[in-house]
Amino acid sequence: MTERPRVAVVVFPGSNDDHDAAWALGAMGAEPVLVWHAERELPPDTGAVVLPGGFSYGDYLRPGAIAGLASVMGAVRVFARSGGPVLGICNGFQTLCEARLLPGALRPNRQLEFVCRDARVTVETTATLFTGRCEEGQELSIPVKHGDGAWYADQGTFVQVAARGQIVLRYAEDVNGSLGNVAGLANEAGNVMGLMPHPEHAVDPLLGSADGGLLLAALVDAAADHLSVAA
Amino acid sequence: MKAVVLVRPKDGILDPQGEAVQGSLQKLGFEVGSVRIGRVIDVELAARDEDDARLQVERMCSELLANPLIESVQIRVEPEA
Repeated sequence: MTERPRVAVVVFPGSNDDHDAAWALGAMGAEPVLVWHAERELPPDTGAVVLPGGFSYGDYLRPGAIAGLASVMGAVRVFARSGGPVLGICNGFQTLCEARLLPGALRPNRQLEFVCRDARVTVETTATLFTGRCEEGQELSIPVKHGDGAWYADQGTFVQVAARGQIVLRYAEDVNGSLGNVAGLANEAGNVMGLMPHPEHAVDPLLGSADGGLLLAALVDAAADHLSVAA
Repeated sequence: MKAVVLVRPKDGILDPQGEAVQGSLQKLGFEVGSVRIGRVIDVELAARDEDDARLQVERMCSELLANPLIESVQIRVEPEA
């Protein structure tokens, strides 16, 4: 039996896609472990971390602002610094930006409406731990459901982020007023990524698309690699 | 000691909420230019004096109360009567 790499899914008060993420990661070959936000450590042999979607702390103050200060985020920060793969989905993306693990911030959608539908996104780079199973320019169909998904950065940051190849996914159309149609963004090292679309809701053709599985399967690959390097 | 923190969307940052309210005010017949929406945060804190209170609230702002990428803050310290 091949060993399943362990992927920690952090649960904040108000997370609501934690179980979906865990289920999808299991379907992609991982051993998902739910980790409560008040923990100070990640479980032993954690190969990757997922910050799931939802409305942590009721989106009080700013989405992700309070989650970014949770106890477990100290451990997530250390894990990310060591090169460990960290994926933030929707509220997880907002949390990574608030925790300054990713550049920029997520603002209310331009149209002020909650957007909930399938979105077409284009893979801009395969040089991240999350897009190794995709091809550059490939179009994916992954659902979005958010009210605060318009990514924003000042002009200098945007130019720098684009030049360094940190824009991972772009919407094929304007979905929420996001600067540069950014749908997903990585850190400079390519081991931390946030995205507004929900790959965990697109892992089976029965759900309308299996494209999200490409991203999550790559994350599981990266988790296994991270563990083998650490061993 | 009490402090009042005004958090506003930075100049140049799109404020769709403000725009929606601006449109509604115009529909009501008011001749309004731009409308921007922020938030007020009242903080009661233990501080030695007004300077100490201001320093503490400035730290609160940079660590949590505002996101400097998109928001500007204005702090008013109100000594207790």
